[in-house]
Amino acid sequence: MHSNDVSRFAWGALRGYPTRTLLMLVAMAIGVAAVVVLTALGEGARRYVVGEFTSLGSNLIIVLPGRSETAGVNPSTFMGETPRDLTLADAQALTRNRNVERIAPLNVGAADISWQGRQREVTIIGTNHDMLAVRNWELGLGEFLPDTDLELASPVCVIGSTIRDELFGARRAIGEWVRIGDRRFRVIGVLASEGRSIGVDVQETVLIPVASAQQLFNTPSLFRILVEVKSRDAITQVQQFIIRTLRERHQGEEDVTVITQDAVLATFDRIFSALTYAMGGMAAISLLVAGILIMNVMLVAISQRTSEIGLLKALGAAPQQIVILFLSEALLLSVLGASLGLLLGQLATGVLRQVFPALPAQAPLWAVIMALLVAVVTGVLFSLLPARRAARLDPVLALSRR
Amino acid sequence: MIEFREVNRDFQVGDQVVHALDTINLNIAAGEYASIMGPSGSGKSTLLNLIGLLDRATAGHYLLNGEDVTTLSDTQQAQTRNQQIGFVFQAFHLVPRLTAAGNVELPLILAGMPVEERRERVAQTLEALNLTDRAHHKPEQLSGGQRQRVAIARATVTEPKVLLADEPTGNLDHRSGRDVVEILEGLNRRGITLLVVTHDAELGERARRRILMRDGRIESDTGPDSERHAQQ
Repeated sequence: MHSNDVSRFAWGALRGYPTRTLLMLVAMAIGVAAVVVLTALGEGARRYVVGEFTSLGSNLIIVLPGRSETAGVNPSTFMGETPRDLTLADAQALTRNRNVERIAPLNVGAADISWQGRQREVTIIGTNHDMLAVRNWELGLGEFLPDTDLELASPVCVIGSTIRDELFGARRAIGEWVRIGDRRFRVIGVLASEGRSIGVDVQETVLIPVASAQQLFNTPSLFRILVEVKSRDAITQVQQFIIRTLRERHQGEEDVTVITQDAVLATFDRIFSALTYAMGGMAAISLLVAGILIMNVMLVAISQRTSEIGLLKALGAAPQQIVILFLSEALLLSVLGASLGLLLGQLATGVLRQVFPALPAQAPLWAVIMALLVAVVTGVLFSLLPARRAARLDPVLALSRR
Repeated sequence: MIEFREVNRDFQVGDQVVHALDTINLNIAAGEYASIMGPSGSGKSTLLNLIGLLDRATAGHYLLNGEDVTTLSDTQQAQTRNQQIGFVFQAFHLVPRLTAAGNVELPLILAGMPVEERRERVAQTLEALNLTDRAHHKPEQLSGGQRQRVAIARATVTEPKVLLADEPTGNLDHRSGRDVVEILEGLNRRGITLLVVTHDAELGERARRRILMRDGRIESDTGPDSERHAQQ
């Protein structure tokens, strides 16, 4: 039998039983679409996080109090356990390197903010003038924190646009005095509405000078020091400089963790890649289910088409030819179902991108190839048993059935 | 052409062994026209299935054109069926989704014949059976007689040496049945060996050799086709 004839016969058989064919196509398509959409979500999350970190500035070094034994990020990194304080003097010492472009010390806490009877709790970030450049934020109105001595606790603040809307509504915020905790601050700027940061919506925060934050929260210690390095090549050198400087300042004890943007990025990259693989794997189970459905429907098809199989045998079809005919049907079904699934998956991914523009959902190429491959292999493998059963049918019995 | 030597066919039914064919010795020469008659369960269809290589003997030997086909593999038997034997069934057994031409083309597709050649062969065969204008009709659009003619076209398109017909008029009205019989006899006159299994005494009597079966044995056989001998 020529391959053209085999595929024509298989196509004819599929068209001859439209309901059965449609059911199997849908099962296969859902399986493939699930793999495409879930891996697209995983990949989207990965790209989103990587993008967010990249927006922090690629030459960034983060200094945290406390020593973490392993490289990269661990839970304590985010919990802010503080065995020994990082101080403003420490931060200032870090500027004494020609490869350091700028630094931004951070002090974070929560406090109530109020204006004319309106009040809410906000995240307060104590920092300096350079924070704007370090984090690539943009100012919407007014000016940012003044470029003064770090120790100077000026009573000024820059607020996120959400805070501005909630406190002031349509009224002018710049120049107004707000109460934060037990102190008064004058609003000198409003952040532009784009800024988001990992885990924190910048628009829901209030920025004040770091020294003011230390007074407000009554603590001399810093939460982080962000150090921006002049060039990517100098990162290692500056990292060593930071460790050396702080060890000297902390009586010879290496009690800080210095992490680079790359290390954080690599960790998140690994986490989200693993997540994508896991989602792809879970979705692949639905392909397996589709395979089992194909096997069931093929078995039913064989009992429906017993007399046709008997006839083919009477006309001289060898057992292998019967196997090939049924496997070709399965192959055709799988390829069509998988293609349909791919189309559906890409469409759904496109809709996701439209609905959630922040999430760059896109199925990775490996997932697409694997989904197609698994679909086709599953479809054919699960049809082997029915096809062999068809080939073994007794032609006399098969012909006597209607 | 067809030679059965001590052929038995047993079936296991529950604990019992049923002897569907019991020590059959039979010789049918090329070009003969024989009918196989007998009551239900006499073994006539089993005999036809064995001749058509749709079934295997439990014991004994079957020689087709001098070759012992009893020991051939399934694939070899399939090939022999495709090249040397044509079947006409009572129930036509046309594939409903294929057109008349598509049905007739099937054995040639299985034989791997190139598409141009087989299209031509199908057209010739359909023309010989006055079915050219029905070539693109599906079975459901054909009358019973036309369906059986398509089935005959399918059985003869490979130019087999033996044509086996199992109750070929069983599902047809009298007139269509007569047409079909005339077609089959015409094929026999052109040299094909024709074996017809039937309950219909009138049809059975038309054959030049008449084999009567009972309880798995040949009860009577009018003997080799004298007309064929006369022709030779």
